[in-house]
Amino acid sequence: MSARTLAVAALSLAAAGCATTSSDPRDPLESVNRAVYAFNDAVDENALRPAARLYRNVTPSGLRDGVRNFFSNLDDLYIGANNLLQGKVEQAMSDLMRVAVNTTLGLFGVIDWASDMGLEKHNEDFGQTLARWGVGDGVYLVLPLLGPSTLRDTAALPVDWEGDPVYWHTPVDERNALTATRTIARRADLLGASRTLEEAALDRYVFLREAYLQQRRSQIYDGRPPRERPPAD
Amino acid sequence: MRRMLACAALALAVGAAQARAMPPDELVKQVMLDIQRIIVEDKDLQGGDRAKTIQVIENRALPHFNHVGMTALAVGAHWRKATPEQKERLAEEFRTLLVRTYASSLSAFGEQKFEFRPLRMKPEDTDVTVQVRVLQPGSQPVIVEYDMEKTPRGWKVYDVRVAGISLVVNYRTEFGNLVRDKGIDGLIGALATKNKSLAAAEPKQ
Repeated sequence: MSARTLAVAALSLAAAGCATTSSDPRDPLESVNRAVYAFNDAVDENALRPAARLYRNVTPSGLRDGVRNFFSNLDDLYIGANNLLQGKVEQAMSDLMRVAVNTTLGLFGVIDWASDMGLEKHNEDFGQTLARWGVGDGVYLVLPLLGPSTLRDTAALPVDWEGDPVYWHTPVDERNALTATRTIARRADLLGASRTLEEAALDRYVFLREAYLQQRRSQIYDGRPPRERPPAD
Repeated sequence: MRRMLACAALALAVGAAQARAMPPDELVKQVMLDIQRIIVEDKDLQGGDRAKTIQVIENRALPHFNHVGMTALAVGAHWRKATPEQKERLAEEFRTLLVRTYASSLSAFGEQKFEFRPLRMKPEDTDVTVQVRVLQPGSQPVIVEYDMEKTPRGWKVYDVRVAGISLVVNYRTEFGNLVRDKGIDGLIGALATKNKSLAAAEPKQ
């Protein structure tokens, strides 16, 4: 089953849940989202997290850095394209330079020389581009296997897949191997964060939702979102 | 003699006032590097010794937090309706939860690279945000921000944002839901239960 089918399934599920009521205006589909969250959590606990732990335990950190850098390099061209679409020409040029440096000197991206040279890694995707163009979050969604999202970010996903070299890679078995490696490696990087989530949260679903919405807001504004703090009393 | 004593007292007071008046960015840098040095020099802490880690946080980091203010912000509008006893218990339980949560991520602190940027502030500022960038290979640097306010006892942190995620804002919805469903005592109970289960899950050293 492709990620695309999953997203469509999620959307129809979401539509089916429209009748449910929820306390939070940003999350009218909370009951459906919670069900998908529980499913994702079970998959994570039984498959993804054990695989990520194994990966972390059997590989030296130098190798993990290389794997992270390799996949990070594959993203940089697409990140640059999004920066360009958002009118951030300087950042886009920097992303292009990153790809040029890391693909050649960095041996197909395994070594991130560009960061050492002061060309900083950026984080962009089409959801952020749409946001910069004025598209609001829309309702909060939890997608099967893909996790927290919003209506806008979900609508942007097909464009992100188009821009993902792994998604287009043939033969298919290689593509699957790359996808699996990338998924496990990324999960391994989040082992600390997910432990914090477990320990810190009274209600993990709510905690993750708040964290996702806050982090997206920060990413959209490149770490400098306008302040919105209600006055304290 | 009395005059000398008075002078000595004055000098001490001035000294203390100077320590208090340490600029917020300097303070953050000093505390973070201090904690990092302690971890680098201690194998137990790198191995994740809970009791020892919690002690380091209590002694080195907590004095610079306004944990009552943090609790008030996280509880939000309901804070005003709480009795003084409820406020005290809320602040105490929230503090315990934050310390425990912080403790589990502290062992990684030893090998992280920080980038401190000088803060541009006016002398009359009483509310600032100090930014620290945590560098990691192959990833965007993680930005950690400390919201700090000037108090008579020096600059105190009242919120922390990691990668744009504010601790206070994150808890506000959870706390709000609990107070709405179960009242303030319900929230205190939920925090206490959470803390007990975290304490029980800790490996006995």
